[in-house]
Amino acid sequence: MKKEFLTGNEAVVRGALAAGAKMLTGYPITPTTEIMHYWSREQADPMNLDRGIKFLQTEDEMAAGFAMIGGVLAGVKAYTATAGPGNVLMQDAFSMAENLRLPTVAFINQRGGPSTGTVIYSQQEVNLTCFGGNGEGLRIVYSASSVQEMFDFAIRAFNTAWKYRFPTFVLSDGYTAKTEIEIETYEPKEKNIDLIDIKPYLCGNTSQNSVNIRNCYNLETELNEIVTANKHAFDAIKAEIVDFEDYKTEDADIIIMAHGIVGAAAKMAVNLLRDDNIKAGLFRPITLNPFPAEAAKQAAENVKAILIAESSLGQFESMVKNNLYGQTVPIEALLSPAKGISVEEIVAKVKEMI
Amino acid sequence: MTEPVFPKSWKKESKPHKFCPGCGQALALKILGYAIDELDIAKKLVYGCDIGCSLLTWDMFNVDTIQTHHGRVIPTMVGFKLAKPEAITIAFLGDGGGYAIGAQHLVNAAMRNDKITVILINNANYAMTGGQLAPTTLVGQKTDTTPNGRDEAVFGNPIHGPEMIAAIAAPGAYIARTTSNNFEDCKDKIKKALQNQIDGKGFSFVEILSMCPVNWKTNTVESLEYVDKNMANIFPLGEIKND
Repeated sequence: MKKEFLTGNEAVVRGALAAGAKMLTGYPITPTTEIMHYWSREQADPMNLDRGIKFLQTEDEMAAGFAMIGGVLAGVKAYTATAGPGNVLMQDAFSMAENLRLPTVAFINQRGGPSTGTVIYSQQEVNLTCFGGNGEGLRIVYSASSVQEMFDFAIRAFNTAWKYRFPTFVLSDGYTAKTEIEIETYEPKEKNIDLIDIKPYLCGNTSQNSVNIRNCYNLETELNEIVTANKHAFDAIKAEIVDFEDYKTEDADIIIMAHGIVGAAAKMAVNLLRDDNIKAGLFRPITLNPFPAEAAKQAAENVKAILIAESSLGQFESMVKNNLYGQTVPIEALLSPAKGISVEEIVAKVKEMI
Repeated sequence: MTEPVFPKSWKKESKPHKFCPGCGQALALKILGYAIDELDIAKKLVYGCDIGCSLLTWDMFNVDTIQTHHGRVIPTMVGFKLAKPEAITIAFLGDGGGYAIGAQHLVNAAMRNDKITVILINNANYAMTGGQLAPTTLVGQKTDTTPNGRDEAVFGNPIHGPEMIAAIAAPGAYIARTTSNNFEDCKDKIKKALQNQIDGKGFSFVEILSMCPVNWKTNTVESLEYVDKNMANIFPLGEIKND
């Protein structure tokens, strides 16, 4: 383990390398492009010749997504990175990965939207990343609140994807991606993290029978059975995958629910509120999909009020409300699409509520 | 009863194939099967197919296969080849996938000289969706979206894919056009394209002119004539690039 001064995008590349990732296919888009810069430098480094690092800057995001799928089918830990309009285009490939349960990994540094929008601070790609495509949202989505978590979750994302065989995403934002800060880097084994063994889907078998994979079916019943089976498989692993940060909620009168970078601001707000003898707490889902529903319900059980804060007009809010269904605690929201939410704003809002 | 004669690389369990009666694509795939047999590459091969009629080939061969999205089979095979350079990769697609919705992938794979083999069926229409205008539809040809025939003032002239790709392809690329009803010529071109990849020379691309009697509303003789006369007059046959 060592301390290093890294940006969020650099941390992603370091985490991916530590996780045994071998291939990045991508198309430049702010604020994610530097992931390609750092990875291509690793690929071009003569010292890395024997590591088999592959890189391709493709002609567009569709090509990046499908080339990643090609890599995964060949049995390589392949990934991509994009944002905003690029995330929209990549849904083409993500939807196929979802159908076939392919362990693709994508890093999404959210942009302000809709459309080209802005490139700095936003949490408006929650719905798109969790539920985009013409499917049921059988995807695993982590939301990173810091540069450290971009490193940690990069390692975790590859393991989760290849262990459970669902497309896996790490959500961040332009602000965190470009922040340079000291973090702790490590090799997985230093934290007793075992890397998952992987094998190819195609061209890897020695038997006489060929492997024929499709995503298009003849009968309604065929697809119905596949989607239902995939959903059951997804539900069965939920308990192993869900993760969250529960901060000072045990005796809290009011809890803030926030994710990603807004969750980091909310944590500081809790500390300031506690200094003023206001019993505030934070519940921060780390997995947005699957959502830590049971833990969220528990955290909300004995509080007098909940504040939801997000840099969107309610994408996370409706997710929370959906998962707290049946509870009667009053909920208010601080919604600020495509704009930063400061610690002070959260503190002021909580004080207004109590 | 004697068994019908199939290429060894064809998967017997998935036969009879699912193409319409008289479809030229089924012939092209049979020829591809013989090319795979003669080069003895079934075990090293990964075959990707696009959307449209080409998706019906997902279990055509006793070869590892992947059926992809519309226009996206080329990048999928590019990614596979990048991850596993020793594999032989075929991207099989139609004129819509290669020249319209996925044209950028064909152009960029050729520009990069990716060592993959692209086999494209040109049947002058979008067949699976019921016979609409394709980039390859001949001027005057009636389709379901050009009821009075393709008007060049509105839809332009048919695209010449191999010539376009040859104009940007790198040295070592192999580019040819053939027809699915000329067994020997078609097999020769496909084998040369695959050999080009096996030898690591560069990108390889074969466009196969092919009959679509159901959507053309032609009988057998008319279908063959349409390929050999109408189409071949517009789309010259032969090797467009073979360094």
